Amino acid sequence: MADTILEMRGITKTFPGVKALQDVTLQVERGTVHAICGENGAGKSTLMKVLSGVYPAGTFDGDILLEGSPVEFRSINDSEAAGVVIIHQELALSPYLSIAENIYLGNEQARGGIIDWNRTNLEAGKLLRRVGLKDNPITKIVDIGVGKQQLVEIAKALSKEVKLLILDEPTAALNDDDSAHLLDLISQLREEGITSIIISHKLNEIEAIADKVTIIRDGRTIETLDLKAGEVSEERIIKGMVGRDLESRYPDHESHIGEELLRIEDWNVFHPVDRSRQIVFDANLVVRAGEIVGIAGLMGAGRTELAMSVFGHSYGSNISGHVYKRGREIKVNTVAQAVDNGIAYATEDRKRYGLNLIDDIKRNISGSALGKLATWGVVNGNKETTVANEYRKSMNIKAPTVAAITGKLSGGNQQKVVLSKWMYADPDVLILDEPTRGIDVGAKYEIYTIINRLADQGKGVIVISSELPELLGICDRIYTLSEGHITADVPRSEATPEHLMQYMTTYRETTEA
Amino acid sequence: MTSTLTPEQRGAAPVPPAPQGNPVARAARYLRSQLSQTGLFLALIVIVLFFQITTAGVTLQPDNVSNLINQNSYILILAVGMVMVIIAGHIDLSVGSVVAFIGAVAGVMITRWGLPWPLAIVLCLVLGAIVGAWQGFWVAYFGIPAFIVTLAGMLLFRGLAQVVLGGTQISPFPDGFRAIGSGFLPAFGTTGYEPLTMILGTLASLAIIGTQLRQRRVRKKYDLEDEPLVWFLVKLVFTVALVMLVTVLLASYNGTPIVLLILGALVVIYTLVMGRTVFGRHIYAIGGNLAAAQLSGVKTKRTTFLLFVNMGVIAALGGLVFTAQLNLASPVNGNGFELDAISAVFIGGAAVTGGIGTVPGAIIGGLIIGILNNGMSILNVGIDVQQVIKGLVLLAAVAFDIYNKRRSGGR
Repeated sequence: MADTILEMRGITKTFPGVKALQDVTLQVERGTVHAICGENGAGKSTLMKVLSGVYPAGTFDGDILLEGSPVEFRSINDSEAAGVVIIHQELALSPYLSIAENIYLGNEQARGGIIDWNRTNLEAGKLLRRVGLKDNPITKIVDIGVGKQQLVEIAKALSKEVKLLILDEPTAALNDDDSAHLLDLISQLREEGITSIIISHKLNEIEAIADKVTIIRDGRTIETLDLKAGEVSEERIIKGMVGRDLESRYPDHESHIGEELLRIEDWNVFHPVDRSRQIVFDANLVVRAGEIVGIAGLMGAGRTELAMSVFGHSYGSNISGHVYKRGREIKVNTVAQAVDNGIAYATEDRKRYGLNLIDDIKRNISGSALGKLATWGVVNGNKETTVANEYRKSMNIKAPTVAAITGKLSGGNQQKVVLSKWMYADPDVLILDEPTRGIDVGAKYEIYTIINRLADQGKGVIVISSELPELLGICDRIYTLSEGHITADVPRSEATPEHLMQYMTTYRETTEA
Repeated sequence: MTSTLTPEQRGAAPVPPAPQGNPVARAARYLRSQLSQTGLFLALIVIVLFFQITTAGVTLQPDNVSNLINQNSYILILAVGMVMVIIAGHIDLSVGSVVAFIGAVAGVMITRWGLPWPLAIVLCLVLGAIVGAWQGFWVAYFGIPAFIVTLAGMLLFRGLAQVVLGGTQISPFPDGFRAIGSGFLPAFGTTGYEPLTMILGTLASLAIIGTQLRQRRVRKKYDLEDEPLVWFLVKLVFTVALVMLVTVLLASYNGTPIVLLILGALVVIYTLVMGRTVFGRHIYAIGGNLAAAQLSGVKTKRTTFLLFVNMGVIAALGGLVFTAQLNLASPVNGNGFELDAISAVFIGGAAVTGGIGTVPGAIIGGLIIGILNNGMSILNVGIDVQQVIKGLVLLAAVAFDIYNKRRSGGR
């Protein structure tokens, strides 16, 4: 008989007017990695918040049994005391404190209120080695990459003698290397007897690491599949998530490539603070009308930095090089100049850089082209609503009205609002940075369709993505970027993941050699 | 991923049908969802009624209402500028000192240099713009937090006011100038209700009814309407009743205060600026998410600069009105006005983090402070206790707002 560490029975959680969870059942066996899958808004995060006491006992119906006995968590402190630790999608580390301080934040290694720094740093060092980090525990969080930060979060969980570790989208912000490392770590923790629940959109990861997967759709448990037992394909999981077969993950598209739209020559960018550190080296790049161009690179290769420096010098210092639009040199010194010259950049971090989350859909959509709606500085509100409604329909933004606040939309719908904003600005070249990050499979397909539609309108589209299959699925041509150098320019017909990965890492190898 | 699942987040999930019920129940539900705005309005009414009862009817005596408007006009004027600054995520601590500085300059121009007072007013407003440009430069282009720049401005302009006045005070001012602070529109008729005021009040009411009905029709047309008819009508009837009540009270006293016209014009203009113009929308965008606004091509620096220029002009206007009303230019004029204006804005529902707030909200916030001051003075409550009560009201208003957001947001 399997040893069940966690059982959730009949969990029902209601928000005003909405049943977020309905009679959800979850059974997790000790010493396994249990994945939870579902589209955005299916109720995965809500379920984990119920489990970890973010929603205290009594605000939902149903029972939680930990190691066979019923528990009632009133706060996160309660659940952590019982060995249930959740690591949220948005990391909760204090940037200007050290790694060790963060690990023991709220759990300080102190005697009589006086912190024992030696013990703090010593123990933190041990925990870091357990998660495979070699950094000094007194390093500040701002000085390490997001991949390492994720590992620090896990080290922090380990410091609390965790029995059940919950990871909400742990690899969403990580590149392939860091993701692989993190997944290895989770497997290793499984060997040590720590049970993990992992929420992920990345099905290949789930296939690689999880023992079982529970699929949630519309707030209900659909099924639990045993990945170790039999043949469970990604397609099988997707079918459970969306409730239908997904023919193809990438829409068919026949490209009609025209004249050259944008050419970037000898582009050099330095770090905005550390002005001696070069981030992009002599980059050359061309986009033609109707072409979808991918930029592949590992985290830290300078993809976002390259894009943002071209987009109105919004990143970097000492920027040099030339930008040509239809063969004529243009200036892109400010964002306004870049926009006027028909360049748009949709950010990878839509919450921080893309949207005004406390404002509504229509005002976000009109945000970058308000001038088009105004005469003598006065905005035509009716026209704005009409425009926003058109995008709501054509982009399939799921919201009751365009007066809905964007902060309350799901990731996919937020992304559609960001795209609508730039489509309304009507640029010639769109740079889309991680356009499908944190978005579920169904919405991804819609975003790809939109990208194709933009190319069909004769625009040039640059797609930056960490997911190679995505680039291979939608791009006509892919540039690889490694350590700030463009290392290859590969047509889709010749591109394979192995091939690209080789170029994405070449510079790294040669510089280290 | 957000924690609450609104129907739109659930995407493909079946959206539960809109709750049905009788119109009154629906209105009540809507009111609960709009608690922060309706609460403000209700609080104002409750406070007025409270003082009307405890002062045995003195609060709504015609002369008191007239005084109430005159005596709070400059705080309300400052609040209009302040709410814009706060929506953009900044603050302006210097407005009280600018009031003194501009008053001092106006006094020197009019009484020492003998300039005609209308010219002096224009020059003072231009000077206000220069003051704003000075502060706006440091905030927008140099990147110093507005708190620091305007704290420096608070000292700087208070000092300059003393320099300009050379340690003296200036009084009196010509009648024409004084009228902008304490004058009334010419009265027609000798007894009963003054007709010009009645006409203006009626026109204002009709304008309110007209715009409200039009806006509601437009919202309906674009399918954005979620306000129940009952509540819409209650609000409209109540607003119009309030306007007419004030009209009748003013008409039975000295007529329309000139400063009320100035204030009315400011409110109308800046409500439109904030709601309908590119400039106003960029202010909301900057306060809501500066980085996103920047990356949308909004000229954030220029907008911030102009915002402070605008605040400078409004502070200068406040200074002129206050000096005219007091009939005195003194270096201690306007002491602490910045705090009253800031309180009005926050009581009026603006967010400390920026991006949220309205001009009418700030006006209601200012009126709440004004009526508290006025009522407590009539009741002979000591200045000390008045301070305590005003402090608690500010705290309660913001606490209520935050409680409300937490309850409805669940994030």
